[in-house]
Amino acid sequence: MPLPLDLVANVVVAGLLAGLVYGLAALGLSVIFGVVRVVNFAHGEMMTAAMYLAIVLVGLTGLDPLVAAVPVGAILFVFGYALQRGLINPFVTRPEHTQFMLLVAIAIILVNVQLMVFGPNARNVQVDYALDSFEIGPLIVDKVRVYAAAAAVLAAASLFAFFRRTLVGKSIRACADNYLGAQVVGLNVKRLYALTFGIGAACVGAAGCMLLLLVDVTPVQGPAYTLLAFIIVIVGGMGSLTGALAAGVIIGMSEALAGLLIAPSAKSMVTFAILILVLLFRPQGLLGRAG
Amino acid sequence: MNQTTHPRSPKRRRMLQAAAGSAALSTIGFPAIVRGQASTLNVGVLLPVSGVQAFIGQSCKYGADVAPAVLAEMGYGSNIRLIHADTETNVDVARSRAEKLINDGAQVLVGPFDSGAAAAIAQVAEQKGVPFVINIAAAPQITEQGYKFTFRNFPTSPELVRNGLALMRDLFQATSTAPRTAVFMHVNDTFGQANRKAIDAILPRLDFLPFKVVDTISYDPATKDLSVEVAKAKSANPDFLMVVSRLNDAILLRREMVKQRWNPMGVISPGSPGMYEAQFYNALGKLSEYCISNVPWYDPKAALTRRIEAQMAKQFPKEKLMFHALNVGYTFEAILVAADAFKRAKTADPKALAEAIRQTDIKERMMLGGPIKFNAKGQVEGNQSAAIQNLNLRPTVVLPASAAESKPVFPVPEYKRA
Repeated sequence: MPLPLDLVANVVVAGLLAGLVYGLAALGLSVIFGVVRVVNFAHGEMMTAAMYLAIVLVGLTGLDPLVAAVPVGAILFVFGYALQRGLINPFVTRPEHTQFMLLVAIAIILVNVQLMVFGPNARNVQVDYALDSFEIGPLIVDKVRVYAAAAAVLAAASLFAFFRRTLVGKSIRACADNYLGAQVVGLNVKRLYALTFGIGAACVGAAGCMLLLLVDVTPVQGPAYTLLAFIIVIVGGMGSLTGALAAGVIIGMSEALAGLLIAPSAKSMVTFAILILVLLFRPQGLLGRAG
Repeated sequence: MNQTTHPRSPKRRRMLQAAAGSAALSTIGFPAIVRGQASTLNVGVLLPVSGVQAFIGQSCKYGADVAPAVLAEMGYGSNIRLIHADTETNVDVARSRAEKLINDGAQVLVGPFDSGAAAAIAQVAEQKGVPFVINIAAAPQITEQGYKFTFRNFPTSPELVRNGLALMRDLFQATSTAPRTAVFMHVNDTFGQANRKAIDAILPRLDFLPFKVVDTISYDPATKDLSVEVAKAKSANPDFLMVVSRLNDAILLRREMVKQRWNPMGVISPGSPGMYEAQFYNALGKLSEYCISNVPWYDPKAALTRRIEAQMAKQFPKEKLMFHALNVGYTFEAILVAADAFKRAKTADPKALAEAIRQTDIKERMMLGGPIKFNAKGQVEGNQSAAIQNLNLRPTVVLPASAAESKPVFPVPEYKRA
């Protein structure tokens, strides 16, 4: 029996909106890898840390989580900058397995600190519009999804503008394109790497605040978000910002449609199937550069 | 005359004979005396106090925490020692924690509120020869394996579903309604699958229910988003929603129904946790109203209920028993079974305890139903269900009529924002 069109439309729109938030979350990972060439295996744990920070900030100040994305992003920026400068920098030129071990260790520390401070129970924030929706003809769309997705688009657009139009952004791109050349022209590469890590962490922080509107947070969710971000970045293309955003949308919509057309428990199966197809037929990712 | 004792004097001989006799007697009788003199029963309590089912696990834990004091009051002594272990809502962790508890000296295991974990722990209990008393777990296969050391004082899924569907009939009769269609949504873990199997087998054979299931939708109990599932259920346009859920997903489900502006006649569970838990009311406020759960329930008038309530008020003054009654009641009763067996067996030897548990006949209960008496498969029969509807932010018995605190509300008014 064919599915009602309004049902399909609602599910597609919900998937698209969720995918935009996933895309922003994965952007942080892509930015860091694209420039610093370090895979941030603590990505998901940094996101849950941002979500907890947002809960604390919202509890203390009454700020909306979307507004709290600015200070939380700033805090994560400082954390990311200090982490890169203080701990990760010496590992940039070391073998990849040592980078992996370092970042996994950081991830484990983050999870356990969150467990000790916040406990294992799920937490969330309640906003006035949490249960409101927009009704546009047959479409019924959550307000929280719309606002979170809009904030994600704004954050991504700001990031793109930063890399395209500011001097610092262009310098970071220069480091990514040609490390030696950047050094030769006198760029402080170590500082730029730290800035990039900070920016990636700030993206994760902002995405965490938006995701908090959609889901509850527990400390042990970190690895699942890391895995999701990896899938999105690999599908989109490592180092490609547009690719990360596009892949986020693709994964968000495919999850939603899989739940509708196959079975709700098939959502992850389809996501991994897409990953395998990309790895087989376009290993550099949809918008990544070959070689 | 000097009364120096000669080595071969009769007095000395008698003393030596007496000493040798005592030594011989004590050597023969010593193991029996040691076994009989077990001073403490170590009860390993396995519950999911972290992970997806953390809230329910913590709710069950109240039942364990009040048990030592209440059992002492009931005359079971003060020598019950509880050793707690967290299953982390994970079957593999449950298995390894059960093994560790036994290695740490637990002579009986109690828990674990989850059918998947219960099945795993039952295997460990059978291998190690340690009795395992299930507090809450409904998958029928757990007591169909021929295990000698697993005992369950909780209805199986077929029993839950039969009781739950009968209560639905009573609900429709009491409210003069006849819904024609339902969508069935269920978690796809061991418990949810067992319930689905029971409903698929039992529902078509019943002629006293007016509805048919037009769609069945399963989902991951750990899911963070039920928008697609609820959209699919809504598009089938059923008269009411039948749901077998856990707690977090039940909360997500209700929120999603409000966001998608879906107002069926009602939400009814034929027998699952979630909608009567304290956290459901806390998270949803007025949106929790009118949900109905047909579940095994407690007898608020029972003497044991009052004892447990008083102890809970002492130990956990911020918590109300009515919001934890099912979890507390069955967890307490599981420990009661262990304590009762210990008292009768006069030993903490696991095999003797298992034998004693087989002979259990406890009439003083907190939960509705007959005495706690295990059949040949280690299953208690006769646990009764009641229809519990959320009214005025508290779980209220609406059926059976004999125990009802209020009349059922069905169909429900449109949802109001909390």
